[in-house]
Amino acid sequence: MERMAASSEIREKLRNKRRALQDTLVKNKNEDDIQALVPSARFNVDQQPTAMKEAEGSDEDPGETLRRTFRAQRQRRKKKLLEQSFVQECHDAEDAEEVPNARRHSANEGSADRADDSVVSTRPPTGSQRALSVRSEDSSSSQHLDTYVTRHLQEKLRAARSKGESLQQQEASEVSAEPVSRLQRLKNRDTVTRFDREAEPISAGRQDDPLALRSRVKFREAGRRVVKDLPTAEEAFNFFTFNYEPEPPSQQEGVSRKRQKRRERVKKDKGEDSQEEAEVEEDAEAEEDNQDQNEYQSEDAPLVRNEDDLFAIDHSPQDFVEMRKAEYVAYRKRVQRDRELLFTPSFRTVPTSVKLPENMKPRFLEDEGLYVGERPPVSLTNENILENRILKMAEGNKWFGDDGKVIALPDPIKESSTRPPLFHMEGDLDPALQTVYRKALKSKYANLYIAGAADPEGDYQLDVDVSGLIFSHHPLFSREHVLASRLAQLYDQHLSRQHNNLTGHLTDKLNGLRNALQNMMKIHGEQGSSEALRQRISEYSLEVRNTRQLRDTEQEKDRTLLRSVIKVWKEIKALREFQKFTNTPFKLYLRRENVDRASDERDYEGEILAEVLELEAESEGEYQKKLAEYKKQLEDWKLWRRKQKAKRKKKKKKKKGLAQEDTEEEDQDQDESESEGPFEEGPAKPQPPERPDVDSMEQWVREKASRIRRKPGEAILIPELSASGSITASELCPRAEIARREDVSRRSLFIKILYNDKEVSRTDSRSLSADFRVHFGQIFNLKIINCPHSINLQVFEEVGSSCSLLAQVFVPVPDPSVVTGSAPIEEFEFSSNQRVMFDHEGVGSDVPLSFESDGSNRLTLLTSGKLSCCVSWGIGEEGVPLAPPVSQQPGGTHSGRWHLDAVSYIGASGLYDMKKIGEWATQSRLDPNDPKNTSIMQLLKVASSGEVTAPDYFRLEHLQEEFNFVTDEELERSRRFRLLRLRNQEAPEFRNYKFVPLLEREVSDKVFQDYEKRLKDGEIIDTREHLDPHRALVAKYLQKIRESVINRFILAKHFYQLSDLVTEEEIPSIGGAGSGILGINLFKLAESKRPLKPQRKERKKVTAQNLSDGDIKLLINVIRAHNIPIRKPLGNKPGQSSQSALQGSDWYLSQVQVRPFVEVSFQRTVLQTTTADGPNPSWNEELQLPFSAPNGDYSTSSLQSVKDEVFINIFDEVLYETGPGGKERGTSIHTQIEKHWLGSVKIPFSTVYSQSKIDGAFKVNTPAVLLGYSREHGGSSSVYDQWRSTHGGTFLRLFLTIEPQLVPGESVREKFDSQEDERLLQAAEKFEKEAAQGFPDRPCITTVTDLSGKTVFITRYVRPLNPPQEFLDAFPNNPQEATTLVARFVSLIPSLPDQVSFSGTCDLWSTCDQFLTLLAGDEEEHAVLLCNYFLFLGKRAWLVIGTAIPEGTTVYVLTHEQSGYFIWNPSSGQFYNKDDSFCPLQTVGCLVNADNVWYNVQENPSPLNTNFDITKSNMWKPFFSRSFSHPGLSSVQPEELVYRPIDRAAAAELQDRVEKILKEKIMEWRPRHPTRWNRYCNTTLKQFLPKLEQSRGQDVAEGHRLELQNLLGDYRIAGFPLHLPFSEIRPIIEAVHSTGVHNIHSANVEFALAVYVHPYPNNVLSVWVYLASLVRT
Amino acid sequence: METSSNPSVFLLTVNGQIEGANGLEEGITQITSKSTQSHRLIWNFPLEITFKSTNPSGWPQLVVSVYGPDVFGNDVVRGYGATHIPFTPGQHTRTIPMFVPEPTWRLQKFTGWLLGRRPEYTDPKVVAQGEGREVTRVRSQGFVTVSFHIMTKDMKKMGYDTGPSSPSAVQSEAQSYVK
Repeated sequence: MERMAASSEIREKLRNKRRALQDTLVKNKNEDDIQALVPSARFNVDQQPTAMKEAEGSDEDPGETLRRTFRAQRQRRKKKLLEQSFVQECHDAEDAEEVPNARRHSANEGSADRADDSVVSTRPPTGSQRALSVRSEDSSSSQHLDTYVTRHLQEKLRAARSKGESLQQQEASEVSAEPVSRLQRLKNRDTVTRFDREAEPISAGRQDDPLALRSRVKFREAGRRVVKDLPTAEEAFNFFTFNYEPEPPSQQEGVSRKRQKRRERVKKDKGEDSQEEAEVEEDAEAEEDNQDQNEYQSEDAPLVRNEDDLFAIDHSPQDFVEMRKAEYVAYRKRVQRDRELLFTPSFRTVPTSVKLPENMKPRFLEDEGLYVGERPPVSLTNENILENRILKMAEGNKWFGDDGKVIALPDPIKESSTRPPLFHMEGDLDPALQTVYRKALKSKYANLYIAGAADPEGDYQLDVDVSGLIFSHHPLFSREHVLASRLAQLYDQHLSRQHNNLTGHLTDKLNGLRNALQNMMKIHGEQGSSEALRQRISEYSLEVRNTRQLRDTEQEKDRTLLRSVIKVWKEIKALREFQKFTNTPFKLYLRRENVDRASDERDYEGEILAEVLELEAESEGEYQKKLAEYKKQLEDWKLWRRKQKAKRKKKKKKKKGLAQEDTEEEDQDQDESESEGPFEEGPAKPQPPERPDVDSMEQWVREKASRIRRKPGEAILIPELSASGSITASELCPRAEIARREDVSRRSLFIKILYNDKEVSRTDSRSLSADFRVHFGQIFNLKIINCPHSINLQVFEEVGSSCSLLAQVFVPVPDPSVVTGSAPIEEFEFSSNQRVMFDHEGVGSDVPLSFESDGSNRLTLLTSGKLSCCVSWGIGEEGVPLAPPVSQQPGGTHSGRWHLDAVSYIGASGLYDMKKIGEWATQSRLDPNDPKNTSIMQLLKVASSGEVTAPDYFRLEHLQEEFNFVTDEELERSRRFRLLRLRNQEAPEFRNYKFVPLLEREVSDKVFQDYEKRLKDGEIIDTREHLDPHRALVAKYLQKIRESVINRFILAKHFYQLSDLVTEEEIPSIGGAGSGILGINLFKLAESKRPLKPQRKERKKVTAQNLSDGDIKLLINVIRAHNIPIRKPLGNKPGQSSQSALQGSDWYLSQVQVRPFVEVSFQRTVLQTTTADGPNPSWNEELQLPFSAPNGDYSTSSLQSVKDEVFINIFDEVLYETGPGGKERGTSIHTQIEKHWLGSVKIPFSTVYSQSKIDGAFKVNTPAVLLGYSREHGGSSSVYDQWRSTHGGTFLRLFLTIEPQLVPGESVREKFDSQEDERLLQAAEKFEKEAAQGFPDRPCITTVTDLSGKTVFITRYVRPLNPPQEFLDAFPNNPQEATTLVARFVSLIPSLPDQVSFSGTCDLWSTCDQFLTLLAGDEEEHAVLLCNYFLFLGKRAWLVIGTAIPEGTTVYVLTHEQSGYFIWNPSSGQFYNKDDSFCPLQTVGCLVNADNVWYNVQENPSPLNTNFDITKSNMWKPFFSRSFSHPGLSSVQPEELVYRPIDRAAAAELQDRVEKILKEKIMEWRPRHPTRWNRYCNTTLKQFLPKLEQSRGQDVAEGHRLELQNLLGDYRIAGFPLHLPFSEIRPIIEAVHSTGVHNIHSANVEFALAVYVHPYPNNVLSVWVYLASLVRT
Repeated sequence: METSSNPSVFLLTVNGQIEGANGLEEGITQITSKSTQSHRLIWNFPLEITFKSTNPSGWPQLVVSVYGPDVFGNDVVRGYGATHIPFTPGQHTRTIPMFVPEPTWRLQKFTGWLLGRRPEYTDPKVVAQGEGREVTRVRSQGFVTVSFHIMTKDMKKMGYDTGPSSPSAVQSEAQSYVK
């Protein structure tokens, strides 16, 4: 073959190439090292020569040349790659290629070495002789190469078959002149892709693969094609074998040309030598067994890879990324390799002589006194390394300075940070983290520009004239100043009063009024005074009185003012005298105006006289009025008295008869009138009014006059204040005063003017004068654009350089009519509450000071003063006011109000000035008739009259009405509000009502129907719904109890204890029982927080608040059943059945025994399992039933009150062939499926909820007789089965839980009041607590709640009580029978779980008589009754408190007889031996009898393992012990129970009614099918039922079944009797319905139904329903 | 707060008629820790929820409980707090004062501290209700600042005028950080 012939050549070539590669590799590595050290600029320089050199050598061997070229190019590429730094996110084609190739090699080598072991072993291991070794290896392993080549090609070709689409695209995009090379490229790439996928599976052993042949053929084809193009076979072969780039026909040209091309293409090709190296090494490592081979591979691999490199040139950069495993290179190897490849500079210090040019001494600039800065700190080692390295380089010396050190700039690091530090205000967030939301705001002023103000000059000008400032108090005031300013104020006040002269006015008015009155009197005095006139006179006199009073107050004010002026002046004088200097220039002169004493006195007297007269007249009038009133009252009183007298007389006459004399009577009368007064409420005797005392009146008037008026003849004093006094010069003053004055002179003030909160200008700073006045006298013209909102003048005080804001004065924006010139200067008061204190004479501000010597009468003064300024609109050139038009004012929308806005007109402070308001009112021409203005007119009126009167009434909650959103009537009437209120009151119908409609009309009346009906029906008992009137009464009673208990709980729920709200760790009790020891808890601390083997934790419990419909699911895992009744052979005669049983196994094999399935129904969802076979089927299926809470309310209390039950029914699926179908006769067979009810289990949801999971074998409630089924298992022979089958009962193993797990409601605190001894209660609590600590899973109950809600100790319930006498009489000789009868009687009382009836997990225990009256109760009531009966029967009996399935915590009864201990289930009447493993009781918590409570402290609580010997104190812990003896608790039970006799007639009636109802119901359930009743069967069945009752459901019915089948031989019969205690009709109907008998749709089905009600004493009824379906065969 | 890292739990408690229509009603935020500069704990935990109702009875509240490790690394509660969700649309910032229940007596305080079992509320919802709070003693512990962005819809149509705009769905976005 061609290939074989050329093999030697190939070998030769390969060898060359490998060597060449080796060279380049080493070279490259060296270069790499250099690259790492030198700047990149050098790198290029170094590269180019290499490439060139290699190119030169290409003449000798084209392959080698190529290789070299590419090596060089790759170096360049690498650099480019670094620059580009993977801009493309594509596959690295080259890398992708390299890996597989390397792997391939290793694989090949492995195989080759196995063939040629000796060669391998001789190979030298060191890398320095690698090239040599390669050669020797190559020459000796021709075989290997051969295979290698073959395989290589095989694989390549195989890969070529599966071309990717991407390849084709690439192919299309690639432009290449040479088809061969292109083909080659494609092929090569294919190989690569292929290898990517198949790298692992391909191993050395695959050489003989059948694929090889095919690929070989293909290869040949490919080869042939190549040959066509390329004439030289050798070249072609080379090409193919090595995956080379095809070699051109003419070597010289071709190579150079190609090189050019390649160079361009290869630029994209990115490979890193180091990476390749690593790959190679990895491969080497992969075969560690052949250690020697490693060397060979590491040499070999690059060669082959390079071959690939050549072909990868054209790969697009998309292939540059590769996925691969992590690589590992042995450390030793790496170190070795590194040592070869890397240059490690020495650590040693380089002698200075080396670094400097020869014969030169180091020169230190520092020593020469030049500044050289500090060198950056570099560790000595690093420096040495650097120097050593640099020295190795060409021109290394140029890096060194004259001092023999590396040239370095001074340390650039600054001492301090140049970046400004970030300051965080304490309490503020990092600004970067704080997000502040700002609502988009319209710029307030944006559209408030005054229209026409676009003209920048502005047409509007506001002139602010700040004229000056006067302090009425300043911290620097001396005491004298304080007094002086007060004096000035008082004087001002005086002047203004003088000016107003109110007193004069009022006096004039009074005189005028008096005259008018006198005239009136005079004119009309003679004539009879008419009504109108009298009215007027009284009006006038009233006016006179008012005016007089006003005048008096004014006069009094005048006088006090005058007095205080004089007083203050005297104080000033005294102060000046005391301090011996004067600070203020004030001087008060009192001008005396002498008056004519006589006339004055006359006036005075006249005035007094007039006043007295008036007063007299007034009081006289009043007296008359009162007198008239008195008279009237007296009349009334007399009348009343007379009546009383008459009454009394009558009385007396009766009492004393006529013997009494009149006089006596009179006396008596008197007495009685006095004594009876208080008794009989009557009008008090009115007091006659006092006559007015004229003398005292005059006295009073005189006193008043002397107080408020100038004494007659006294000179009129007119004070005059002048500032003409001289101020003592500073030199003469004491030091403190000098300091104050200096301080004053240091101060200066200025005023800032803020317009719309922006500072627009400020006044010059003026110093404070000694009289605390500042004059500014500056006018500012503000050109404004924005509408004026506020003008604010801020007063600043300057001391030295610091200035502080003293006060702000808000100046109102002037009305447009206020223009400069006409506007007066106004004074605005200001004050500041800054506290200032001085150590000199200055009194300070906000500092109490006193003028009294004893320091009393302190007063606190605040800095205050008046700022006089004027704000007005400027006037233009033509006298036009430069004010904006009114409509442009702020609030232009209600410009009408602008005028009326008093606040803006006179300023807020002005509002207190009535004068100003009055002025404003007149100016703005308020319409007095406008209702809007009434209040202000009222105010003005009051103001003008001089007296402001507050309303004399007081309104409480004066805004109440505003908060009533509807009237009370509407609130009552509205249905929606009613709904809301009812919900709030938690009325039962609306307690969890969710969605109250929005609108009134959406609330229908229907909503209230139930509620109203309940309210109405509260008292009426509806007996129609109940078949038994007694039970109706009981139901009502229960309902009431339930309600009261619920209400109690609702109340109790709202009383919280700390433990309800806060969970707190118990104090670890030292030495306490169990885990409570402090030490153990401390030990827990040391536990690791995350243990390696964590303990399994409970499922996460879900608080029910977030749940909604569909979130909760009930999971039921039906595992298996035991002992299901099996079918009996059909239609057999009785003899045959036994015969067939004898026939043995083949009958059982051929016959289906039973095909049971389980159907679970819950809340209207019905699911069923698949059908299994046989009496002991195993389903192991999980059923998921959705759960929805009532009203969608998933609160704990709501879930607790869910009454739904899970019904689990076992059915037998029976197939009947009904023969060939009607139409397609002969072609099809119709089969009918019937399901026959076999039994059921009922589990209340509340049990599942409270237990959170139920797991166990449930006894299936099977009917006593199942027609067509038998319980005998003929086939089974094991003893156990035998025993169990005799034991009877079908068991179903179930697992129930709720998903997600809900938190069961906590038991309501049963802390009700109790009549028990407090000590006993405490002991009980302690006992229970200890029990709970010791064995948390064992229930322990010592106290229970009775029906009235009181806590009762449990032993009080146990007492022997008589069962009905009938039972005792029935079996006088058989106590065992009596026992079972009693148990049956108890079980016939219907069960009603408390938890359901009484929301909340409170257990109420009723006494036996209550229980028998109610005829309903929980397990504990049954148990108590049963226990008491047993005790009466002379048995040793206890209550067992424990847990059972499915009830959960429950109460059973334990009896002790000769044969052992028996456990009774009181609700079912069944008893179990203590050793019975099917006993539903799972754990025994405690035992109770009348004397004591014993708590089970044995290890295993199951009854099977429990020793019931209560005398053993190590097994049973007694409640009453020697230390706490039984206090002799009396029983709460009655002494004797009284039973009502049996009422057979009522039972018979009930029987008929039940039968009728059931028949109707069955027909109702079969709406589409006729329901035929088999009368004959009915009567037959009816006869059986009493027998069943007599046998108490024991299986005695074999006989009657036979009988029945004899009678109805032609029928296929399936039926069963149901037995129920009677409570209501509904449960019976449900029970019948759940059996599904009505579901048989066979055409010829007939039904049979019989009902029997057996009465027991006290109206306890046992109901039997016999149900059968008959199909005629 | 002296803690270095603090997960906090939030709970939007709803009773009465308001229904949570959309969004997370109960959850846990990420753990935060103090930065070096500020002694605040910042969560910046967004929370979005929508409510609908026909009646404002039982207006939603936000209950925040903060947990953080103590000296021994036990997670202990650092504070409870609750606030009504503002009903006016727009942005609101609420600073919720946080508090923890106090132990009943000193020794308990000590053991609680030692064992990392400090008193906790049985149900964080308690702090949103007034009922039963009178039996607890609490100590205040820091503040949580929550910012709400409230959107309402059709409130005015239903006759409730809660704010300037007239847009019964409330959407709130809470962002919380502790002072």
